[in-house]
Amino acid sequence: MSLRIDLQIISDWIPDGARVLDLGCDNGILLKHLQQRGITGYGLEIDNSKFAACIAAGVNVIQADLDQGLPQFADQSFDFVILSQTLQAINHPDFLLDEIVRVGKQAIIGFPNFGHWQCRWQLAIGGRMPVSKTLPNAWFDTPNIHLCTIQDFEKICVSKHIDIQHRSIVNHAHKDTLGTKLLPNLFGQTALYQLNKSS
Amino acid sequence: MPETVPADSVGLVSPTLLHIDLPLLLDCGRTLPSYDLIYETYGELNNAASNAVLICHALSGDHHAAGFHDADDKKPGWWDSAIGPGKAIDTNKFFVVCLNNLGGCKGSTGPTSINPETGKHYGPDFPIITVADWVRSQAVLADDLHVQQWAAVVGGSLGAMQAMQWAISLPERVRNVLIIAAAPKLSAQNIAFNEVARTAIKSDPNFHDGYYAEYNTLPRQGLGLARMLGHITYLSDEAMGEKFGRELRNGTINYGYDVEFQIESYLQYQSSSFVERFDANTYLLMTKALDYFDPAKAFNDDLAATMANIQARSLVISFTSDWRFSPARSQEIVDALLSAGKNVTYAEIEAHQGHDAFLMPIPRYMEIVKTYMQQIVTGFTS
Repeated sequence: MSLRIDLQIISDWIPDGARVLDLGCDNGILLKHLQQRGITGYGLEIDNSKFAACIAAGVNVIQADLDQGLPQFADQSFDFVILSQTLQAINHPDFLLDEIVRVGKQAIIGFPNFGHWQCRWQLAIGGRMPVSKTLPNAWFDTPNIHLCTIQDFEKICVSKHIDIQHRSIVNHAHKDTLGTKLLPNLFGQTALYQLNKSS
Repeated sequence: MPETVPADSVGLVSPTLLHIDLPLLLDCGRTLPSYDLIYETYGELNNAASNAVLICHALSGDHHAAGFHDADDKKPGWWDSAIGPGKAIDTNKFFVVCLNNLGGCKGSTGPTSINPETGKHYGPDFPIITVADWVRSQAVLADDLHVQQWAAVVGGSLGAMQAMQWAISLPERVRNVLIIAAAPKLSAQNIAFNEVARTAIKSDPNFHDGYYAEYNTLPRQGLGLARMLGHITYLSDEAMGEKFGRELRNGTINYGYDVEFQIESYLQYQSSSFVERFDANTYLLMTKALDYFDPAKAFNDDLAATMANIQARSLVISFTSDWRFSPARSQEIVDALLSAGKNVTYAEIEAHQGHDAFLMPIPRYMEIVKTYMQQIVTGFTS
């Protein structure tokens, strides 16, 4: 079973035998893949049909609302806490970010970059709210309520004393190109970070 | 029973009585020298004996979980909605076992049985049985059935406590536990409701300190009251409101003290039908088993430490409107399992039926149980 490329990058960052918490774990595909490498842990998911898909995949899944934070988990109780393509749909992303670096020794966060040139073009020239492959919803029915750019995200990390260990910026094909390397905030569509709290 | 057996029913079933001559040492310090367990099975045990599922019943349940005893039965077993060919607990795949617990009144040894030492009914002299005692006796049944390890132990409410106890006491003998509408121990409020129920029974003039059988009578009023109270705690305000509202039996109030509202009539009916089919001493015993259940007590009240030896994977399910064992109580179990690093899945089901929801065929609930049970199947060889 082949993984979506951003999930493959996340998987590559996690060593065998680690203990992980996958926030908004979707249909459990990443956890299932990690399980085969001896990586154990839990997924958190609130959507009913995705939840059932996780059970069918045989992964541990806890029904939980990420907007409530992670009160059931102790400090530094996981090697990795993963938040993939979900940050922008959270009510209080700054609070969740605090929670993620509290519970995880390392955090992996992936989000769609709102600073991508197509978003900027659609808003600046077209005068319309951007709609793209990574952000397919119209403004009135989108779950994505807290969009940010690569610059925004790195700024909040600095203000929270969160260190960036790895960064991978990719385009819509989830490949890195010369553009994503030179001007990531303009050419990157998906940003992936490995972070931890400065000690 | 319907004229033809539905395709998803286990159909006509009959119980088996197992007489056990091995003495059973109980938590209370007493020993039962021998005892009977009555049970039913549905589906076939596979060659590897790896597809056996134990269903544990709740306070007033029994061994008749699915199917019909004879063609004249009006109702099937108590969890027929979940057990049968193609159902959530699929008898085409699993060998399902359900027994009447020790201390019960439906065929297993209990207060209504004859005490071999006196030749009379045990009555109130029957020892109090704990959840851990039940698990010990159920393990003897498992041995008799040649089931070394259950594919799953499943229960709701008091049944869920047995499932939890199985995973704690005999970790190598359970691969999965389904802990539904449970609590890790009763709250003061839970015990308080049980005490009111017991007081109702014990203060009935026909109770005779539990020796009512010797007087050829039954504490009908007391047991009926206990059942009425219990029933109120099993339902939610919303479910009662939806079902009965303020509806009147005869459409008008009479300014008197007779039964007027439909809810009064319903409770009276529940009460009078229950006293004919259930034993008051068993009711007292079951409520005590509930009150005493507290597996973490032996671990300095550390529930995570209590769970440390569990090998089974757990599926924990709660229901939003259950105020007897609210979702917060299930969350305590889940948190302990998480903190002990155990395999656990947790679902909170949106349901208005209160505690009784665990017996209802609520679509999302049944989908989760079915999906979970199906992925167990891939884990065993036939």
